[in-house]
Amino acid sequence: MSGIPHDHYEPKTGVEKWLHRRLPIVGLIYDTLMIPTPKNLNWWWIWGIVLAFCLVLQIVTGIVLVMHYTPEATMAFASVEHIMRDVNGGYMLRYLHANGASLFFFAVYIHIFRGLYYGSYKTPREVTWIIGMLIYLAMMATGFMGYVLPWGQMSFWGATVITGLFGAIPGIGPIIQEWLLGGPAVGNYTLNRFFSLHYLLPFVIAGLVILHIWAFHHTGNNNPSGVEVRRGSKEEAEKDTLPFWPYFVIKDLFALVVVLAVFWAIVAFMPNFLGHPDNYIIANPLATPAHIVPEWYFLPFYAILRAFTADVWVVIAANWLSFGIIDAKFFGVLAMFGAIAVMVLTPWLDTSSVRSGRYRPMFKSFFWLLVVDFVVLMWAGAMPAEGIYTNIALIGAAYWFGYFLVILPLLGVLERPTTPPATIEQDFKAKVKAHAKKSGPAPEKIPAE
Amino acid sequence: MSHADDNAGTRRDFLYYATAGAGVVATGAAVWPLVNQMNPSADVQALSSIFVDISGVAVGTQLTVNFLGKPVFIRHRTQEEIDAAKAVDLSTLIDQSAENANLPAGSPATDENRAVAGKEEWLIMTGVCTHLGCVPLGNGAGDFGGWFCPCHGSHYDTAGRIRRGPAPQNLHIPVVSFVDDTTIQLG
Amino acid sequence: MTIMIRKLALSALTALTLGSAPALAAGEGGHIEDFAFSFEGPFGTYDRAQLQRGLQVYTEVCSACHGLHLVTFRSLTDETGPGLDPDVMRAYAGTMQVQDATTGEYRAAGGPDHFPTSAMETAPDLSLMAKARAGFHGPYGLGINQLIHGMGGAEYIASFLLGFTGEETEQGGAIFYENTAFGGNVSMPPQLEEGLVTYSDGTEATPEQMAQDVAAFLMWSAEPHMTQRKMWGFVGVIFLTLLASLLYLTNKRLWAPIKDAAKHS
Repeated sequence: MSGIPHDHYEPKTGVEKWLHRRLPIVGLIYDTLMIPTPKNLNWWWIWGIVLAFCLVLQIVTGIVLVMHYTPEATMAFASVEHIMRDVNGGYMLRYLHANGASLFFFAVYIHIFRGLYYGSYKTPREVTWIIGMLIYLAMMATGFMGYVLPWGQMSFWGATVITGLFGAIPGIGPIIQEWLLGGPAVGNYTLNRFFSLHYLLPFVIAGLVILHIWAFHHTGNNNPSGVEVRRGSKEEAEKDTLPFWPYFVIKDLFALVVVLAVFWAIVAFMPNFLGHPDNYIIANPLATPAHIVPEWYFLPFYAILRAFTADVWVVIAANWLSFGIIDAKFFGVLAMFGAIAVMVLTPWLDTSSVRSGRYRPMFKSFFWLLVVDFVVLMWAGAMPAEGIYTNIALIGAAYWFGYFLVILPLLGVLERPTTPPATIEQDFKAKVKAHAKKSGPAPEKIPAE
Repeated sequence: MSHADDNAGTRRDFLYYATAGAGVVATGAAVWPLVNQMNPSADVQALSSIFVDISGVAVGTQLTVNFLGKPVFIRHRTQEEIDAAKAVDLSTLIDQSAENANLPAGSPATDENRAVAGKEEWLIMTGVCTHLGCVPLGNGAGDFGGWFCPCHGSHYDTAGRIRRGPAPQNLHIPVVSFVDDTTIQLG
Repeated sequence: MTIMIRKLALSALTALTLGSAPALAAGEGGHIEDFAFSFEGPFGTYDRAQLQRGLQVYTEVCSACHGLHLVTFRSLTDETGPGLDPDVMRAYAGTMQVQDATTGEYRAAGGPDHFPTSAMETAPDLSLMAKARAGFHGPYGLGINQLIHGMGGAEYIASFLLGFTGEETEQGGAIFYENTAFGGNVSMPPQLEEGLVTYSDGTEATPEQMAQDVAAFLMWSAEPHMTQRKMWGFVGVIFLTLLASLLYLTNKRLWAPIKDAAKHS
């Protein structure tokens, strides 16, 4: 499957042979589970399983919540309170679903930044990266629509702001906005369709996840050294890899349970910390909250959206160049989607011949600055769009685009990377030995053969 | 390790079994709430027992209330209706059982066993025809002065007992008690 | 250099945490006092006597204008809540009028019914008020105060009730009242006076007492299952920690021969 030579499934029993000839599903599952995986994967590789768990968690809790939720504007808010108060364990299911979305995004951001650091987007894994970006976009759409469903003040006004973005598109904008909403403003018709799509998209995500896994199974996983698995022979491949089951299944499960223990503590002891109190007020189309804030995972892009006001020079320039078609509002929309678009284009913007950031000293500094930038943008997105906060958001946005469009292309040319290890086996051995030296007295020396 | 392979193997196995066991417990603990949330919620369970104010039900009239999703007939019978019910020869009844949840099974279908104990002017029955579930018409409908089901022509008498037609049983009497003179508790 | 940035961020965070003052500001410049409620923290539970006093304050002071329509009368018998006797609850419910869903007529309420909606249209319903307000903010948008002190909804309510300065302003024919918790003028007049309510358990009805009692009751109204939630929190965290330990040992045991082979080659 992955181009790495390895033993494949062989049906043993009569039943297995009968089934295998007709539908080789057991073989598919076996080969997938036993796929040769680089030995040297570190703890930044566990977030994939966390993400898979989150998808299952959201779908399962979502389906049971829908058994009690009413997607109608006059009844939605009360139906959520019915879940919280009367449904058996309903309060737990609701808090798991709401905070599960946060865990989902927390994991996806670490997962994405892992990919950015170790060059997982580089050839031949571009398609895995693009599918991943599509999953991320679908997650954002799902999360946005899901937040509208309780029909609180933030639900309603968040929907108003975000659908309003589409109205900023020159010319056809208002038509698209009205089409999305189903009317002149957010209303019951909007709630109904968001409910339908919120139920649909997770299954689209599930399909994309299958393609995502298929893609990186085909190319083989990346690993912290960025060095590819040796594919000369099965013996060579076995020096660099271990079967996914049991080594990485157990390792992943351990990490998942640790993450879940923390997650459970948050759900049980501070379930409303990541939310906004205003969403416990029923939607009022006639009264806008003082500060409309999206959920935390949208904040960096919200900051970028609001940063480009009419007095910013790029906006003025764009406005002049486009003969007035691009105004500040539209520029902000373009910048927001552009921030995601530049991430999609990373495989072609990064010119370095070295894959892993481990061996790229200049890259490392810029990368960590990007991480800080992401957190600063997140903070700025929660602040009112005035005073120093707009300046900070602008600088943050500038660095974000600068990293992808200027720094990455230049670094490949200007940087002097250190030497990656020759093989994964070598990297693994070095790591194990370094760890042994650090952790205790030297083990009994067995004379070399 | 100087222990024999066997011992090490057993200890390794114990750890694996313990982990797998804990994993099964975790999975079970996760599955149970998903199953339990489909059980009746607190608001539905609260309606498994309701109080009805019958002070406004005049003699010779019927109050119909919704209990557990079905109609319940609360009839304040006239003396004529009571007498007519008592005069019936029990051997002619299609269903000999009182069908009264407040009495042991198989109690005979006397008028005393049909009406509320000690308050024979009150007849309280589930208004669901025992044939195929339609709601019978009251106020003396049918040939026996009680209720008549228009769906397939079942006739019930003034004690709600089936007298003619396809219904196999008398109209059922639910769990009911008087909390005070003007309030009954269903369920 | 990257390690430096990480250390810098960590020390900045620590400094901000330790620097927070006991009297914490609300976002818009309001002053919220950090009352100590029995239900705070992972081990917190509701104080049944306090909830009953709070119910009394709600009934005698607030219900004239404010509704509580998401709360049912039967929930007043919850063991981890006000814990009223079912007959007492039914008698209490009977004093309120609700509109029957089927007939549309007004009748005395029973156990399964919800509290009425707000009698005064401009008075917000109080069922979720304790979760619809955050008493603590920042500092500087970092959310650290909420992490340490909780969201502060109940603290906000109590501070609000006690925060009227007595100053009034007239605007557009309506009177507004200055409130330090809100950090401005509100349209609700001050309510609490010494001895306004006579508590059935004999507690002295100072404004501070009444404010905290009704705030605690409103916290229960907003989050009736808090006690069960925290209990499951402990069960889950302890069990998941146990499972994590078992998986840690299993993982270690599994990888040992692989790592040994790599170490000694």
